[in-house]
Amino acid sequence: MQTKRTVFGNRLLPYAFLLPQLAVTVIFFLWPATQAVIQSFQREDAFGLSTTWVGLANYADLLHEPTYLNSLKVTAIFAPAVTLLSVGLGLVFAVSLDRLVRGSRVYAALLVWPYAVAPAVAGIMWWFLFNPTIGLLPYLLAAVGYRWDHSLQPTDAMILVVIAASWKQVSYNFLFFMAGLQAIPKSMIEAAAIDGAGPVKRFFTIVFPLLSPTTFFLAVINLVYAMFDTFPVIHATTGGNPAQSTNILVYKVFVDGFIGLNLGSSAAQSVVLMAIVVTLTVIQFKWVERKVTY
Amino acid sequence: MSAIEITGVSKVYAGGVRAVSDVNLSIADGEFIVLVGPSGCGKSTLLRMIAGLETITSGTVSIGSRVVNEVDPAARNIAMVFQNYALYPHMSVYDNLAYGLRNRGVPKADIDARVAEAARMLEIEPFLQRKPKQLSGGQRQRVAMGRAIVRKPDAFLFDEPLSNLDAKLRVSMRGEIRQLQRRLGVTSVYVTHDQLEAMTLADRIVVLNGGRIEQVGRPLDVYHNPASTFVASFIGSPAMNLADAEVTNGLVAIGGQVVASGVSGVKDGQVIVGLRAEDIQPAAPGTGVPFAVRYIEELGALRLVHGSVEGRHLTMALSPDLPLADEIKVAVAADRLHFFEDGSGRRMTR
Ligand SMILES: Nc1ncnc2c1ncn2[C@@H]1O[C@H](COP(=O)(O)OP(=O)(O)OP(=O)(O)O)[C@@H](O)[C@H]1O
Ligand SMILES: [Mg+2]
Repeated sequence: MQTKRTVFGNRLLPYAFLLPQLAVTVIFFLWPATQAVIQSFQREDAFGLSTTWVGLANYADLLHEPTYLNSLKVTAIFAPAVTLLSVGLGLVFAVSLDRLVRGSRVYAALLVWPYAVAPAVAGIMWWFLFNPTIGLLPYLLAAVGYRWDHSLQPTDAMILVVIAASWKQVSYNFLFFMAGLQAIPKSMIEAAAIDGAGPVKRFFTIVFPLLSPTTFFLAVINLVYAMFDTFPVIHATTGGNPAQSTNILVYKVFVDGFIGLNLGSSAAQSVVLMAIVVTLTVIQFKWVERKVTY
Repeated sequence: MSAIEITGVSKVYAGGVRAVSDVNLSIADGEFIVLVGPSGCGKSTLLRMIAGLETITSGTVSIGSRVVNEVDPAARNIAMVFQNYALYPHMSVYDNLAYGLRNRGVPKADIDARVAEAARMLEIEPFLQRKPKQLSGGQRQRVAMGRAIVRKPDAFLFDEPLSNLDAKLRVSMRGEIRQLQRRLGVTSVYVTHDQLEAMTLADRIVVLNGGRIEQVGRPLDVYHNPASTFVASFIGSPAMNLADAEVTNGLVAIGGQVVASGVSGVKDGQVIVGLRAEDIQPAAPGTGVPFAVRYIEELGALRLVHGSVEGRHLTMALSPDLPLADEIKVAVAADRLHFFEDGSGRRMTR
């Protein structure tokens, strides 16, 4: 591939161009990350007067802490559920729209909108919709005989946060699937139709396999999103309750660190979370390079 | 194997583009029909209507004795070879060939046998386990052919299947397609914009122009008796020379210069005269019409001499060993001339 080269007259100029981005990365990511790693090896006394090095004790403690183990379990349900729901719906919408002849532009625009809504706002919106006293959905559910109460029912709470967290990701996934579908030559679908495959069979034997790189990419992206970026959604809806049932790892980092003021443990948790995300990303790159291409 | 009957077929696309207008065509069982015409004349549209990939606005298409207007592509029992081959990239060559058979519930042993037979016929046996992207363009083309023949369809439909190949491969694949079709005896409709491909492959050529059939006929009939100036200029290379001329008492004059005499059966008046490059030859000494040479193309076996008679551009094909000058005298055999009506361009009966 040919690359365009620009030659700068001033040797410092390129660095100046990079500076704003580097500054943002250093101040908002590298520095806190380093702090977290350092703090994860330290313990503060109750009054915040002294810190001591404790080595891996914070990590070891995590393994014995029931609320942390619970949080792991909750995340192991929450993150895959969000991924499955948002990737699945994104795919369903993209495929439906692809079959539309008329009006697909309008629907596409509507489907992209949720992505522009801030996560906290989305969280509050769903909180209202599902509110047991004033919400629309519990009212409808009551009509079919279900008493919805996410402030008491762990399952209801989990369903609420999964829906609230998935909502805007559907838009994101939809866009990627749309692009993926458009990259499949029309003649290939026609060839399959002539070869005697109906729409459903075509989807499962031709379209879906050809979308597999997209699907895999989105699965990882959404897992990372669900584990890392869903703090505002939880905060605006359940706050991790009831009974820790929606207290996912990233939310627990916040609760333990800023409310419980247990900085050492909170730091250790965030380091673990970082490690998980890094692992996922590495797997993604390794796989994209080899496996999923046809 | 089946005959195909196309009756009064038209296609108007959403948006009002009239791609095909009132096409009538009877294709005999086992016949090789080539649809030829310039870009945008509606060849692909007509083919895709036969395949069922495009709805038919009006008229009927029958395959065998069954009207198929409302029949799904899958149920028409046709096979199609696409210009870009449309192979399934995530499947091996074997699976590409087997896909249509599996969808129709053919037993595994039969699939094996039929894929093996097709692979042998097309000499793609060594590649059966490869993915399409591990094949060259020519090999992919063969796989696309293989996918069509394993199905043992009633008809083959080809949409410019050779246009992605280099010139040499195109010539050899052309020959192979012809032999394969003869051997299998399957009714075939083949779309191309290459008149040479049309001439060499077809039992009958269908020349399309602006969505209408301009002429249907056997290659040599179309070549020797083009029905219009459009066909005359489209079929044959170099294109037939066309010039406006005046006929008076059996004398044909181009720009006042009499080029032929003793022409019978053509009414006096303004006409368009057509003459093949090979029908213009140097005149016997002391006779002939002055021909001003402009430039020469050497084709090896032939030499194309471009020039003009009375300002009208003409091309003649000469043997390369004839001597040349800047201005030569040429003669035209009167019985080799084609006459077309001045306005409509239709052939005049003689
Ligand atoms: N899906 C479509 N919607 C609207 N118009 C179309 C569509 N497909 C083709 N056309 C128009 O119909 C006419 C015939 O198209 P068609 O593809 O049949 O031409 P063609 O003879 O196959 O040309 P080419 O040699 O370039 O492939 C063209 O004017 C084209 O613009
Ligand atoms: Mg075409």
